[in-house]
Amino acid sequence: MTVMTPKSGTQDTSPILSVRDLKVHFAIPGKGLFAPDRQLKAVDGVNFDLYPGETLGVVGESGCGKSTLGRAILQLIAPSGGQVAWLGKNIVGSPHREMQPLRRDLQIIFQDPLASLNPRMTIGEIIAEPLVTHKPELGKEEIKARVKRMMARVGLLPQMINRYPHEFSGGQCQRIGIARAMILEPKLIVCDEPVSALDVSIQAQIVNLLQELQREFDLSLIFISHDLSIVRHICHRIMVLYLGNVMELADRDNIYANPRHPYTKALISAVPIPDPEIERNKERIVLTGDLPSPISPPSGCVFRTRCPFAKDKCASEVPKLDRVSDTQEVACHFHDSL
Amino acid sequence: MMNKSEKTAMLEAAGAPVEIEGRSLWRDARIRLFRNKAAVGSMIILGIITLLAVFAPLLSPYAYDQIDWGYIQEGPNWENGHIFGTDGNGRDLFIRVLFGARVSLAVGLLATSVSLVIGVTYGAVAGFFGGKIDNIMMRFVDVLYSLPFMFFVIMLMVVFGRNIFLIFVALGAVEWLTMARIVRGQTLSLRRREFIEAAHATGVSNFKIIFRHIIPNVLGPVIVYMTLTIPQVILTESFLSFLGLGVQEPLTSWGVLISEGAKVIEASTWMLIYPAVFLALTLFCFNFIGDGLRDALDPKDR
Repeated sequence: MTVMTPKSGTQDTSPILSVRDLKVHFAIPGKGLFAPDRQLKAVDGVNFDLYPGETLGVVGESGCGKSTLGRAILQLIAPSGGQVAWLGKNIVGSPHREMQPLRRDLQIIFQDPLASLNPRMTIGEIIAEPLVTHKPELGKEEIKARVKRMMARVGLLPQMINRYPHEFSGGQCQRIGIARAMILEPKLIVCDEPVSALDVSIQAQIVNLLQELQREFDLSLIFISHDLSIVRHICHRIMVLYLGNVMELADRDNIYANPRHPYTKALISAVPIPDPEIERNKERIVLTGDLPSPISPPSGCVFRTRCPFAKDKCASEVPKLDRVSDTQEVACHFHDSL
Repeated sequence: MMNKSEKTAMLEAAGAPVEIEGRSLWRDARIRLFRNKAAVGSMIILGIITLLAVFAPLLSPYAYDQIDWGYIQEGPNWENGHIFGTDGNGRDLFIRVLFGARVSLAVGLLATSVSLVIGVTYGAVAGFFGGKIDNIMMRFVDVLYSLPFMFFVIMLMVVFGRNIFLIFVALGAVEWLTMARIVRGQTLSLRRREFIEAAHATGVSNFKIIFRHIIPNVLGPVIVYMTLTIPQVILTESFLSFLGLGVQEPLTSWGVLISEGAKVIEASTWMLIYPAVFLALTLFCFNFIGDGLRDALDPKDR
């Protein structure tokens, strides 16, 4: 399997998370009373490694399986196949008892900040819940002290500890969500579109907070987003998903400067440039049509139905992820000729 | 005495950051409820009726089963102490109405609490686990639902004899079904919410998720349904007593008193009017409180 290093100087470290051929298929009842169940392939054979302190961006349009991938890694949705190796040990299908101690290293931040907080609990109780679950031996006073310390760390006033989620703004709620995720000092946080529900000025604050925390605690992040500008700002490597398949996986500079997959090219050409002169004259690749149904994906390359360069081979053969350079992999038959 | 804000100001001046008390959704609801005049009035009236029922023996010189041979089926009379009159056996109606209140309110509260505990737990478990477990549990509820209630009560009476506890059992056994369905529906919509997912991600046990995250969030509709169940249960008990399936003489309930009063409606109207007024008043009060609670707990749904 390919091993790509995110940053120079970390060549010898081994990945903390290795995902191999991960599949999440949902059974959808067939049409008609006795029709067999159909398979919805939300995630269909995803491979990647994640290194300590690294941020991996996962981008793609709505419904491409980004969130499902994030939840499958955390075993919140049971994967239908493949492996998720955490620190070298496969955790797919682990019983609840074995998963429990691992949960303190694996956390998640959600898209909707308010919906991710229980409206009937004070934020002190919300942030303390992971501690109460995993370290009940600490005692009330110590837990409260730690909660206050973490609140201060993420930019909340510690005296707000007895307030309720509805008394906070969206950005503050997201800080509460981050505090809850950080209180156990985990090694990996899956950020499921953490800023897309916030306005732009707050987005920058939250992204900067995540970056600070990452440096401070040597966190690894899986940053799911559809905002390519933010992904570019925060991520070391970027994975492009389409219909549950990896299209391209490369480090940040490569993917923006030199995208190889036609889908990546289209995505990146859609990012607005804050200069009207360049913006007006730049070449845009406009995709036609919609995302095909993941219940009956196209044969061969899943992107071929919308690909402006599709040829016969694309319909018959599934493209493999090809190494095109040390830091770039592309799943396209014709990446050399395009 | 120092009031709270002064205290806060002083502490802040001393450099200590003070923990600010949040306003929970429950407190918001309570404030809204106490602004509702009908609900507050109903609570006061219900409180008075409850106090009367509790302290009934102290309020009348007569006992509920004591026959006053001098006044048989006489109208209300302040001078001899029979302020609501007496019934056909010469028993004081005032004390009998209050003892009827004891039975009716006790049936209402007990049967509702039984249905609350069973229904909420059952519904939350079914909704939370979903899938096959949910299917089996809810089909069981459907089967019980399809049991004719009167038939069920009569069978119980035949097998176990007439007993006030059978009324509790019968009513509780029927009322929790609706409660379970309501809670299940609410739980189904809650369990995919992100804060439940966050609890799963942290490794909180299923048991704790149900009791810490799900039940507090379904309690709003449950409380409303509960206040509307109490009058329904009281009414059902009255109905059963009216048919002669309820409490045993000389103990009485509002249903029994109304039934006796209805037989002599032309000769002695007071025997019907007093228990009927108490019953109607209580039902009104519970319904107003239920309405008030619904508005208070769900301000968007007005």
